[in-house]
Amino acid sequence: MTGSRGIQARFRCGFESFRLDVDLELPGSGVTALFGHSGCGKTTLLRCIAGLQAAEGALTVNGETWQDGARSLPVHQRSLAYVFQETSLFPHLNVRRNLTYGFRRIPQARRRISFDQAVTWLGLGHLVTRMPDRLSGGERQRVAIARALLTSPDLLLMDEPLSALDARSKQEIMPYLETLRDSLAIPILYVSHSTAEVARLADHIVMMDNGRVVAEGPLQQTLARTDQPFGLEEDAGVIIEAVIGQRDQQWHLCRADFNGGHLWLRDDAALAIGQRIRLQVLARDISIALGEHTEQTTQNLVPATIDEIASDLSPGTSVVRLVAGATPFLARITSRSVHTLSLRPGQQVWMQVKSVAIVD
Amino acid sequence: MGPEWQAVWLTLKLAGITTILLLIIGTPLAWWLARSQHWSRQPVSALIALPLVLPPTVLGFYLLIVMGPDGLVGRLTEQLGLGLLPFTFEGLVIASIIYSLPFTVQPLQNSFMTIDQRLLEVASTLRASPRDRFFTVVLPMARPGFLSAAVLTFAHTVGEFGVVLMIGGNIPGETKVLSVAIYDHVEALDYASAHWLAAGMLAFSFIVLLSLYSLNGRLQPGVVK
Repeated sequence: MTGSRGIQARFRCGFESFRLDVDLELPGSGVTALFGHSGCGKTTLLRCIAGLQAAEGALTVNGETWQDGARSLPVHQRSLAYVFQETSLFPHLNVRRNLTYGFRRIPQARRRISFDQAVTWLGLGHLVTRMPDRLSGGERQRVAIARALLTSPDLLLMDEPLSALDARSKQEIMPYLETLRDSLAIPILYVSHSTAEVARLADHIVMMDNGRVVAEGPLQQTLARTDQPFGLEEDAGVIIEAVIGQRDQQWHLCRADFNGGHLWLRDDAALAIGQRIRLQVLARDISIALGEHTEQTTQNLVPATIDEIASDLSPGTSVVRLVAGATPFLARITSRSVHTLSLRPGQQVWMQVKSVAIVD
Repeated sequence: MGPEWQAVWLTLKLAGITTILLLIIGTPLAWWLARSQHWSRQPVSALIALPLVLPPTVLGFYLLIVMGPDGLVGRLTEQLGLGLLPFTFEGLVIASIIYSLPFTVQPLQNSFMTIDQRLLEVASTLRASPRDRFFTVVLPMARPGFLSAAVLTFAHTVGEFGVVLMIGGNIPGETKVLSVAIYDHVEALDYASAHWLAAGMLAFSFIVLLSLYSLNGRLQPGVVK
């Protein structure tokens, strides 16, 4: 590898009523979610990176220049893999020959992922002799993902790989995607308009609107911005990483420790001590108290410091960012409460967390 | 070989050579017509379709003139030491290629147009060069189109008459194909021989079309929704 790690992407292109204009610096590993409403340009950006869409600009992936002004590598010479939204298996080839299509086209020395490894990762062992028209939607997409991985790419691009699937197939594929995220050392760009998928998979997030980047950064910090660039409104909230620290068999509870405190969860997901999980805490599920009132039904009381208060989002509502240890939270409360309790940045308070969801 | 078998053999040779050459010429042409956005696409399509609507004698007449001693092509072939093409087997091949061109190009173009562009994009992200994509995705997926093109071209060339008469004449072993032989028999009131050849052609055409339709039903690549 030469030069700097990471992806530097600068693109400008336009159609009749749409212009893409981005200048991004993305991490060289982990999952980066390109997030936004349909038509915001996230797929176009992905196609520009792949070279499927011509655009002015420059692109460097982990030190290798793929595009620089007019000089642009053709798609088939870029070490990338692309998983499309709709199924894209070759209908005239069986699963095995679909899987090996790209595999056979890369030099032996560059094959870091073996056929058996990809088949195991995506649970395809019993399907290799089938034709694509004898597979379910979820199975087809798993084959497409394995086929992409078998090119041992330096960059994996995924364009809403779950959006064409029903809820059950989504649930079926998600664990496979998590395996990939945790096993691959390559950057994954994941286009999505689903907050649930982003919450579960992403480490880094890029929010797009109307062909431009409106916000980007590490997932946790970016979701905890009080100016709410994601326009999530009611669904605004943070994602925190935690480890299961204790299980209480008597009350069917388990304790999730995060950097700066802990939260009690219902122990219904067969969690194991030491297991890493992702939790989503919505801003509307957090209220703020000045003292520790233990005589109440809320299980979770977490000491925190007020970091920032934004009151100009919608009439009567304020968004407060709190920090517990090193972990940021958002709380949505009425502006009257902010006034009555005379909340201000720097103040020590108690967060009452009414609901916590395990997303991963 | 009797004169009848000579005519049969000549016809099959002409049709076979024409079909092979037309598949080679017609494939890139059909690909371009199926994918290009260039303004010249419509005029080229119209030009290729001309033999469908022109009386064969019109086509034959112009070919005779162009390939004749005063024609552009005729002067060129004479200068190259190839002699004149009318009334030769080579001349017939060239005329057949022009006459049967739409029967090769149109089925190929149609089958190329039904191939999902997305599959070619997928192949390119799987490291397939444009040439590689053509041979590993386009060709296998367009197999029914190639079968139709080959069979229609072959059968159409077997059945050509007007063009042959205009530029090929009636030279046994060189240009006297089946259709001309039948015409000769009828002219000579030898209906028995005419029947023999005509019924043979009828049966041949039917068998060709029947096998085309049944094969095409089986070759349809699975369409994935």
